[in-house]
Amino acid sequence: MDFLPPDFTPAYPEIFLLVMVCVVMLVDLIVGEKRRYFAFFLAQFALIGCAVLTFTTFSSNSNHTFSGMFVDDALSDILKLMVYATVAVVLIYSRIYIGVRGMFKGEFFSLALFATLGMMVMISASHFMTLYLGLELLSLSLYAMVALQRDSTAATEAAMKFFVLGALASGFLLYGMSMVYGATGTLHTTKLAEIIQSGSIDHAVLIIGLVFIVAGIAFKLYAAPFHMWAPDVYQGAPTAVTLFVGSAPNLAGFAFVMRLLVDGLGELVTDWQGMLVILAVASMVIGNLVAIVQTNIKRMLAYSTISHMGFVLLGFIAAGENGYSSSLFYVVAYVLMTLGAFGIIMMLSREGFESENISDLKGLNQRNPWLALIMMFLMLSMAGIPPMIGFYAKLAVLQAVLGVGYIWLAVVAVMLSLIGAFYYLRIIKFMYFDAPETDMPILSGLDIKVLISINGLAVIMLGIFPQTLMGLSLYAIQQ
Amino acid sequence: MLVGFPLLSLVIWLPIIFGLIVLAIGSDRNPLLARWLSLVGSIIGFIVALPLYMRFDPTLSTMQFVEKYVWFERLNVHYHVGIDGISMPLILLNCFITPLIVIAGWEVIRERISQYLGAFLIMSGIVNGVFASLDAVLFYTFWEASLIPMFIIIGVWGGPNRVYAAIKFFLYTLLGSLLMLIALIYLYHVSGGSFSILDYHQLPLAMTPQILIFVAFLLAFAVKVPMWPVHTWLPDAHVEAPTGGSVVLAAILLKLGGYGFLRFSLPIAPDASLYLADLMILLSLVAVVYIGLVALMQQDMKKLIAYSSVSHMGFVTLGFFLLNDLGIEGAMVQMISHGFISGAMFLCVGVLYDRLHSRQIADYGGVINKMPIFAAFFMLFAMANSGLPGTSGFVGEFMVIMGTIQVNFWYAFFAAMTLILGASYTLWMYKRVIFGAVANANVEALEDISKREFMLLAILALAVLWLGVYPLPLTEIMQATIGNLLEHMTISKL
Repeated sequence: MDFLPPDFTPAYPEIFLLVMVCVVMLVDLIVGEKRRYFAFFLAQFALIGCAVLTFTTFSSNSNHTFSGMFVDDALSDILKLMVYATVAVVLIYSRIYIGVRGMFKGEFFSLALFATLGMMVMISASHFMTLYLGLELLSLSLYAMVALQRDSTAATEAAMKFFVLGALASGFLLYGMSMVYGATGTLHTTKLAEIIQSGSIDHAVLIIGLVFIVAGIAFKLYAAPFHMWAPDVYQGAPTAVTLFVGSAPNLAGFAFVMRLLVDGLGELVTDWQGMLVILAVASMVIGNLVAIVQTNIKRMLAYSTISHMGFVLLGFIAAGENGYSSSLFYVVAYVLMTLGAFGIIMMLSREGFESENISDLKGLNQRNPWLALIMMFLMLSMAGIPPMIGFYAKLAVLQAVLGVGYIWLAVVAVMLSLIGAFYYLRIIKFMYFDAPETDMPILSGLDIKVLISINGLAVIMLGIFPQTLMGLSLYAIQQ
Repeated sequence: MLVGFPLLSLVIWLPIIFGLIVLAIGSDRNPLLARWLSLVGSIIGFIVALPLYMRFDPTLSTMQFVEKYVWFERLNVHYHVGIDGISMPLILLNCFITPLIVIAGWEVIRERISQYLGAFLIMSGIVNGVFASLDAVLFYTFWEASLIPMFIIIGVWGGPNRVYAAIKFFLYTLLGSLLMLIALIYLYHVSGGSFSILDYHQLPLAMTPQILIFVAFLLAFAVKVPMWPVHTWLPDAHVEAPTGGSVVLAAILLKLGGYGFLRFSLPIAPDASLYLADLMILLSLVAVVYIGLVALMQQDMKKLIAYSSVSHMGFVTLGFFLLNDLGIEGAMVQMISHGFISGAMFLCVGVLYDRLHSRQIADYGGVINKMPIFAAFFMLFAMANSGLPGTSGFVGEFMVIMGTIQVNFWYAFFAAMTLILGASYTLWMYKRVIFGAVANANVEALEDISKREFMLLAILALAVLWLGVYPLPLTEIMQATIGNLLEHMTISKL
């Protein structure tokens, strides 16, 4: 039999990124201490290159390759472009923060790019194994990034927790996948749907497998009651890494759920809907209630993330184009808000000083009114107050949920977001109503200032004009 | 003027743009520029609103000055604004009050002046947006957005307990509005994907959904009005807010709730409104009588006026749920008149507070000896607050009581008690503060009002008297709209 090489075209961005990661590592070895910024620029170049490749290979039909294990469709292209943008912003925001902490090294950038590669593979997976490979590549890179600050005990502890629980979750996931394989004989997402539809398989095994898979997903999406690791990792990791962990992987997480549950196990929608309802409600309850008592802002934002993920799951519960696209819109809005919030926290940190407590924001309006205004936009957006983007994201999800008749779920969701509004307001209170405790000037680069301004304005402008992003989300799902 | 000129949008966005410019001035280095710019902005805002009145056709009951563009297609949301006889007077009231707020804060606010004035201008535009929106999402956006500047105003320039008051204000209002959001999205699905408020008016609904929708709206609007028993945020917010904040809160923001009843509750859920009318009247009467008694007991002037606001707004909700034209028109007149009177009362307290930094009644006494002109103005507004004929306070209350008599004598009996209660708490406070011998050295040192304060109070005094003597222009505007609303309500949606 002749060996036919697979069609590499759909995977060009991944291949390019892999090559670039190796280049970054090698270059960093060669250049001296003073030229470390080489790695930074190379990483940015790699992301831009990927974006160009993804953009040029953009097509609205899906191209399968590698024996159908890898897919390049509109959803994957749009998500990947968003991932590149997010990672690029994360690297710029982190530049000074990691610089003064001795982490401005090739390792940081190559790990970040490896994680990006993992996300891309997840996004493009059309086979459970590909999905798992991508997930592990992402997770292992993240574990290492969390532990990058070796002399910090908090970071090491966070990394250990992250690793142990992450490995457990992966175990769950693999176990679930093996059961699905046992029941159906395939792991191709497209074929799975057909086989389940034919009705000739053992439903009981399949459902048990589904339970494990959903548990695995819940771990990765910070959904309660599998959320325990998130607050510790958010708090323990250096803020730059927290920003990375909390932003781009959520886009991949969305793809993860889409590929596993919707594409692969879409026939079992009624079964996993029930499970997601429990996860979503638990996440919103725990996330919002526990966030109230936090004094550490990173920990508070971790719980806030948990509650936001509850909202994302609501979109999946609503199912259908309407539900999935509103989930995607919510994830994008969430990533935008997280980027800004952690970006500002990093700007407030200095050499030898970590801005970690909510009280560090005291009197920010007097120290820097513009920064305070942006932070207020971000917090109001997280609380879901119009005209910020967070409101329209909640509106989209709620209308999808109500559209399928879950009135009680929508009522629970809004009541819990009312509770949530309290701790976001508290941050505004610290910034505006209290006097500053320090008059240290806020030092940062021009690029960071410009970017954070764009970030803050995007939160309000995309709220006032949400059509583009909403339309894009719908387009990505429809194809 | 050009036909199709987006006049209404101008009225909404002009103050917001001015507010942003004032905010951009930023620092306190140039306070005079910020003050003059906001004054000019707010006056232009009032001037551009005048054509809304002059070119308004009071014989029509449909929406006028309508503008409609697609906002975002994905959820079929439109930028759809228009006004009728209910919203037009409220927009004018708002545009009228804004310049007064700017003048009231002229010398008093010294810290972060541009942020203060910018917040008020932006809020003025947002509130115009609430009154003009005909799209549910647009309405909700403006409705919630109006919380943000007020939250900042109370929290930054407020009194010692401002943080508690600001957060209570925000969360209380948010609690109500979130359920309204659910109701609006529910209506979106029932109407087959439309967020147009006018479509909702025509939408047939069964009784159970109507009652649920009514309750969801009730919570939102009752908190805002505020009705008993969800009024507790108001005294806190009023006491802690700076004078300008109290004025806007009482004169404008409370009207949002009243407006909501007329725009949403009554026309969207008419059968539920009829069914629950007695309950609503009962709640309103509790507010009128019980809160009137509570006001009698207050030691703090601002708190007293705050409770008096709740009591007077009880008249507004009472008038709405009589469901006859005298009641609703009277309630509308009461809303406008309350805007003038409560605004003026808070300004008067502000005048005293700026001099003595106390709001306690006990700290005053014999002010008339030192501030005769002020005492005269305060007298007029106190009389208006207790509903003296010839002032605007009388017209609305009288119309509502007349409307109540048509429905039930006992309702009218309790409603009329406000004339006694209102007079008691207002005039008793007036007596203790103004009359008598000079109480202490602080009062001895008082100086009478400045030209700026004189101008402020004179403008409001004219408005109060004009509306009291000749309310016809106001009632004329809304007659057609209210007639149409009542006619609409007679047709069951079941």
